[in-house]
Amino acid sequence: MVENRPIMTFITHLVLVLGVAMIALPIWITLVAASHDEVRMLQVPIPLWPGTHFVENLKQTLFGSGFSGDQTPVWRMMLNSLVMAMMISVGKISISLISAFAIVYFKFPFRMGFFWMIFITLMLPVEVRILPTFEVVANLGLLNSYWGLSIPLIASATATFMFRQVFLTIPDEMLESARIDGAGPMRFFWDILLPLSRTNIAALFVILFIYGWNQYLWPLLITTDTDMTTIVMSIKQMLESAEQTPQWNIIMMTAFLAMLPPILVVVGMQKLFVQGLTETDK
Amino acid sequence: MAEIKLENLTKSYGDVEVLHHIEGDIKDGEFVVIVGPSGCGKSTLLRMVAGLEIVTSGEISINGAVVNDLEPADRDIAMVFQNYALYPHMTVRENMAYGLKIRKIPKDEINRRVNEVADILEIRDYLDRRPRQLSGGQRQRVAMGRAIVREPSVFLFDEPLSNLDAKLRVQMRLEIRKLQRRLGVTSIYVTHDQVEAMTLGDRLMVLNGGYVEQFGTPIELYERPATLFVAGFIGSPSMNFIPADIANGTVTLVNGVQLKTAVKSSRHVNLGIRPEHLTLDDAGVIKVKVDMLEQLGANTLIHGILQGATTPIVASLDGIQTAEIGSVLNFSVAPEILHLFDAETDKRI
Repeated sequence: MVENRPIMTFITHLVLVLGVAMIALPIWITLVAASHDEVRMLQVPIPLWPGTHFVENLKQTLFGSGFSGDQTPVWRMMLNSLVMAMMISVGKISISLISAFAIVYFKFPFRMGFFWMIFITLMLPVEVRILPTFEVVANLGLLNSYWGLSIPLIASATATFMFRQVFLTIPDEMLESARIDGAGPMRFFWDILLPLSRTNIAALFVILFIYGWNQYLWPLLITTDTDMTTIVMSIKQMLESAEQTPQWNIIMMTAFLAMLPPILVVVGMQKLFVQGLTETDK
Repeated sequence: MAEIKLENLTKSYGDVEVLHHIEGDIKDGEFVVIVGPSGCGKSTLLRMVAGLEIVTSGEISINGAVVNDLEPADRDIAMVFQNYALYPHMTVRENMAYGLKIRKIPKDEINRRVNEVADILEIRDYLDRRPRQLSGGQRQRVAMGRAIVREPSVFLFDEPLSNLDAKLRVQMRLEIRKLQRRLGVTSIYVTHDQVEAMTLGDRLMVLNGGYVEQFGTPIELYERPATLFVAGFIGSPSMNFIPADIANGTVTLVNGVQLKTAVKSSRHVNLGIRPEHLTLDDAGVIKVKVDMLEQLGANTLIHGILQGATTPIVASLDGIQTAEIGSVLNFSVAPEILHLFDAETDKRI
């Protein structure tokens, strides 16, 4: 639609600007709060312009012993979160790719049965099966470990289903021509299928990374060791410490740091992400 | 270089048999075209030779060795697909080299072969492009190049020209023919286009409903079609059929007109006359009421109805001809080029 109506242009821009402002304001406040010292943050009104303590706060948050003295430094929590999120996304993607490959390209008894069994697990998210899953993980001795944090979240019907649909759009001739070229199943998977699903893998990685990074309930349940705390959990814990007044500058810095990796992933993979969701031509 | 032998080949999907007892010998270096209407099983037959479909019963042998249970890659064949099936994420060079790479052929040997084939097909300039950056005709060449570079003993083509526009199709048709002559590789080519079949093939296998109707040279098929189906399928415009009876060397058409024939037996038949064999002749006995004219420049098609019957007749005359719609034209035909088909079995008499 190409229209030239100044008032409409003004109104649409106004709506957009307001929308951006609404979303950006809390982030701005977070950033501002992270740049003042503790004393300023307890005064009313809250500051709206950045202060001068950003680098100092950053150092204290990342490498200091946290705000209450006995906590893990935030870099360790970020590392925990990063490892968990990476293990979840890479694990989910690899397992789904392989299972979708099996379901689409191999004929074996009860193939569709297996597919529907995978599909039905969509109805059982972590929250529903959390107690039995905890039991299993505890019995396996995986509490307070990266494996315990990530494995129960790895099995994924959504991703399997998505890759199945992606593979179904790849013409059969591609497989046939690879067979004539002498490529075996795994060769076909590596040389043809993976490169062709590249953008879909990227799109899924973005979604799964954020999903993994934002996990709250599951890490809260299975980590008791403070060394295994993830950053998302820690923000909540910081607010809860009873005896002290909350150190807003540190909390906000932590929140800011918690937001950073998902933003970096989205910004970095934006192009592939959009291609993966919109591209239909194979 | 290879001979291909098809012996009593059958293909079924569940209870449905789609190919029935296919027999055929293809000689070394021969270009055989499998032609037939859509759904006749021609692609299935080709795919069985390629090893992409399982053989239900019968035997396929290439160079004397039965290949029924061999993987496509082990049959020493190369196939060109209808939609080309180029790998979209690889450059033209990588596409052509992929099969060789898997075969662990040394890099400089691969490069030499790819460059050589690229020169033959004149695709040297776009070796580093991706398939999506190429036009239909260029992709077609790359698909052929990918087949040639493998130096197989058999080429298989599955309607490779049907995605091209008419002009390019004619051009590529000639190129494929020249290339095959030059390389001398045994080839099987599937098409539904009878003109393509006639121009390309050393021999044509006409398939209909999963049966081989006839297997012969283009001229044999044109001059002596074995069945009513082949007669109607080969030649454009297609042959006219007039219900008739024969007795004592005379053909009596449905409208009572009589023609002479060498055939002695007496039965119900269909008389086939090719449109180009009808000649305007005031003394001619075949009277046609003109319905429509198609003036094509080089020739003129006259569509009409056989007088005294409801049988449609097409005549193809040289040059530009005129006739009034509704008028009656007289045609004659030489008795030696009449085709007679038994009305019950549809077989040539």
